[in-house]
Amino acid sequence: MRDTAPPAARWRLPVEWLGILPFVAFALLFLILPTMKIVIGAFQSPDGSFTLQNLIDLNTDSIRNAYWTSVKLSLITALLGCAVGFAMAAAVVFGGLPRFIRSPLLTFSGVASNFAGVPLAFAFIATLGPAGLVTLWLKTQFGINLRAYGFNLLSFWGLVVTYLFFQIPLMILIITPALDGLKREWREAAEVLGATAGQYWRMVAFPILFPSLLGTFALLFANAFGAVATAFALTGPQLNIVPIKLFAQIRGDVLGNPNLGYALAFGMIVLTGLANVIYIVLRTRSERWLK
Amino acid sequence: MKRLLAWAAFLAGCLYFLLPLVGMTEFSLKMRRGEYSFDAYARVFEDPRFWETFGYSLTLAAATIVFGVLLVVPTAYWVRLKLPQARPVIEFITLLPLVIPAIVIVFGYIRLYNTSSILPLTGSAFGTDILLMMGYATLALPYMYRAVDTGLRTIDVATLTEAAQSLGAGWFTILARIILPNVLVAVLSGAFLTLAIVIGEFTMAALLNRPAFGPFMQLLGANRAYEPPALAVIAFAITWGCMGLIQLVTRLSKHERAKV
Repeated sequence: MRDTAPPAARWRLPVEWLGILPFVAFALLFLILPTMKIVIGAFQSPDGSFTLQNLIDLNTDSIRNAYWTSVKLSLITALLGCAVGFAMAAAVVFGGLPRFIRSPLLTFSGVASNFAGVPLAFAFIATLGPAGLVTLWLKTQFGINLRAYGFNLLSFWGLVVTYLFFQIPLMILIITPALDGLKREWREAAEVLGATAGQYWRMVAFPILFPSLLGTFALLFANAFGAVATAFALTGPQLNIVPIKLFAQIRGDVLGNPNLGYALAFGMIVLTGLANVIYIVLRTRSERWLK
Repeated sequence: MKRLLAWAAFLAGCLYFLLPLVGMTEFSLKMRRGEYSFDAYARVFEDPRFWETFGYSLTLAAATIVFGVLLVVPTAYWVRLKLPQARPVIEFITLLPLVIPAIVIVFGYIRLYNTSSILPLTGSAFGTDILLMMGYATLALPYMYRAVDTGLRTIDVATLTEAAQSLGAGWFTILARIILPNVLVAVLSGAFLTLAIVIGEFTMAALLNRPAFGPFMQLLGANRAYEPPALAVIAFAITWGCMGLIQLVTRLSKHERAKV
């Protein structure tokens, strides 16, 4: 009896970990394992052996085009979304607009950033489509035929204009707190030392905001890259972007090779994953300054 | 000069955001030739499929919210109380749905839970509903977890738990009668955001072949002219309603705090 160790030193079953068991089970079953299935499938041949052939097979004209269009679409909408969103947020925070504008703008941004998908496509068809409000107005009032100028809502640039409706508000929502975090003392210190407004922005504010800006850019990129519903409701299955291609592949194996479908999805994870790794790393760096 | 630029940027943005909203509203009223009418809305509301799919999505949203709360509140509470070392891992997992596109997740579901697998969820309609609900819970996870975790930060979890325990409360009582009421505002915010995400969701529902509101809207959009903008107005109103409710509960709670 004497040599029994005191209870504290004895190895105990780590019961605390049982508390998160339901969450771990959920995450494994409905998030991690399904994703692993896709990732592993991308490296498997139909008989189950390891291969790189699927990734090599991605290198066809049609799939390369789809990736290129998707990346271009995501980059352009992320860039424009960041620029316009920044301009609007800066206008409200520094531009001397009345204070009562601020809260409605943030509320509206919350609504608009969630107003994506099928209804958003309908709204733009009703506005810029062939019989849309703006299209008809320009035609009857000014004799401007948008189509004659090469604008078509059901095309790449139409998609850009539509995606901006959820990209810009997302930027406003994320960047406004960051702009609020720029301390008045920093500007005053710069002014006391004789800096012009331009110098203050270039040498003080911008370097502090840079991680936030680039990070939000990465988030907007991933946001546009994974979007299916808006593009599908706008153009149907014919537009050649990766999510639409994957949608058609899941529904009816249009590529004629299930494992090529895995590889297509794997490529999406790699790109959005990369964008988000950048976002997370830069976000933690920027939060150091904005406390 | 600066003020002028600020107004220009702001007004140009407003124009861009208002035009589609005006456009869809105007278009939805134009069904009758030569005058504005609510005919398109009447058509939408007459359609039994509208009510069926809307009811289906609403039920699924409710189930997702209940499941999400039951999953997230105990987990976030437990991590704060007993497992602070697990926090980074849990937070990372909750952010994954922002990284992995929804279409990829549902692709994995279809391949993992098909009829020839160990857990053939897609074999029955009910099983597929469960799978879709899990999918929606996954989509809502980043928002739900963040909302609840922020709510828990404002209360002293350890002291409340000890006080309840010394009065003889079990874990269930602590969670249901101490923790949940204290983070109710956060839970409600997460719930309304979940509703806004789930109600018109298209990709997962379409690929799992369930009769949800999103695929119904898409189908109508491919075949009709005036009903789709009416649906867009309805969907926008629902999204606005969800966000408004979030603001309302947050504001009400601030009033209550101020009184104490």
